Amino acid sequence: MKKELKLMKGNEAMAEAAIRAGADAYFGYPITPQSEVLEYLTNFAYQKTGMVILQAESEIAAINMIYGAAGAGKKVMTSSSSPGISLMQEGISYIACAELPCLLVNVVRGGPGLGTIQPSQGDYYQSVKGGGHGDYKMIVLAPSTVQEMVDYVKLGFDLAFKWRNPVMMLTDGALGQMMEKVELFEQLPRETVNGIEKWATIGKTKDRERNVITSLHIQPDKMEEINLHLQAKYKKIEEEEIRFEEFAMEDAEYMITAFGLVARICQKAAMLAREKGFKVGVFRPQTLFPFPYKQIDSYTKQIKGILDVEMNAGQMVEDIRLAVNGKVPVEFHGRMGGVVPSPEEILEKIEEKFVGVPA
Amino acid sequence: MTEEIIISGFGGQGVLSMGQILCYSGVVEEKDVSWMPSYGPEMRGGTANCIAIISDQKISSPILTKFDTVIALNQPSIDKFESAVKPGGLLIYESSTALNPPTRTDIEIVPIEAANEATKLENPKVMNMIILGAFLKKKPILKFDNVLAGLGKVLPERYHHLIPLNEKALRRGMELVEEVTA
Repeated sequence: MKKELKLMKGNEAMAEAAIRAGADAYFGYPITPQSEVLEYLTNFAYQKTGMVILQAESEIAAINMIYGAAGAGKKVMTSSSSPGISLMQEGISYIACAELPCLLVNVVRGGPGLGTIQPSQGDYYQSVKGGGHGDYKMIVLAPSTVQEMVDYVKLGFDLAFKWRNPVMMLTDGALGQMMEKVELFEQLPRETVNGIEKWATIGKTKDRERNVITSLHIQPDKMEEINLHLQAKYKKIEEEEIRFEEFAMEDAEYMITAFGLVARICQKAAMLAREKGFKVGVFRPQTLFPFPYKQIDSYTKQIKGILDVEMNAGQMVEDIRLAVNGKVPVEFHGRMGGVVPSPEEILEKIEEKFVGVPA
Repeated sequence: MTEEIIISGFGGQGVLSMGQILCYSGVVEEKDVSWMPSYGPEMRGGTANCIAIISDQKISSPILTKFDTVIALNQPSIDKFESAVKPGGLLIYESSTALNPPTRTDIEIVPIEAANEATKLENPKVMNMIILGAFLKKKPILKFDNVLAGLGKVLPERYHHLIPLNEKALRRGMELVEEVTA
């Protein structure tokens, strides 16, 4: 079959992927730089698959609609950008506790506060370390291309149902706005996911107890039991779902760590460095939770140092430091507020931090 | 082949469309492409630019600071991006409105009186297509037929009656290159 190649904006490609993944509903509230998602879905989704598209009155309403529809076993999704995702945190914590599957997308913009509408990675902590209250985890996927924004919608729904857990796709304003060549997967039917009758509120049948969805468990013993169950699940996710990409790491003496779009800028920087004779590679976590601690640690025998590059003040770098536990020096370079680093600037940092410095 | 281009001008001059046409054409040829707009407040009337990359290989960074080709449609863009051309690279600029022409000697500079020529074609809006034609003449990285296919994708269907005029503008741009570099 001939490949279906299209030139699409990240936001539109992600929206098309949601339709094709057979999603049942999208609830959201527009915010730059991801307003195209709601716009695209409004134009095409219901017409194509009958998918419900609703512009909520606020982000708080949207996440609670997600909570309700996910509770009914539906394949549901929302997207927003940083300040909007902040408003959703209470609901995300409830959804994580109630163990409901859903796909959330944060097209990150510069913060804190209302900030800018330019790309940023300032919401790493919020996504990976909790953002809402209590000990919960989301599975966090970090795409670096428009193609991955498409692929991770499908993957995100699969993981959400596999683990009955909210999945966050953490992308940024530049990926949302840029256009790239994408290969779209074929339209999947909207169908009930197998096994949801064990937990979803879809009407009680005579042969089983009723399903209850709640995040309120007044008895401390019961609440601790739920916490232990969640922690055991997160541990299994850490064992099974780690994803990462390596670029020119085979003979690398220095490693750049970066996620999302920034990793691609770092690849260019690594190529520039190699032209100058410095053996630089790039390690890119594709899942931010679960985080590839062991895979990063395994390079400490090979490399002399790590430069972590992010569009924030240094958030993932804490996990890099935990991974290598002092075995190699970890340096950091970050830009904030919507400023994107250039390949030349990263090359300069490599030279400044490592070259000529005795190992 | 990898061509890294920045196209810059005022909002409304068709800067973003030029980049999109190149990228659509690249997709037709199954090349890897990347189109990165400057988005935000500057889109509303101020300067706008987009980075277009077309390559036979997988594209790494979609955001760059040095370019094989700079296309500048106004004076602020010449001022801002003349220094961003790689040594030996190409700078094409709209010269009927430029007061201070670029001065570098280590790059190829091609002035195109696209605004004047567009007026002659009785539609000032095709100024961008004249410049795009000039670029494609200097750097024939895409087949002309595929560029026309790209044009058809970028122009909304209600404007498809304007495709012949746009094609004429592209061809005029190609001729102009020969006139200025002869």
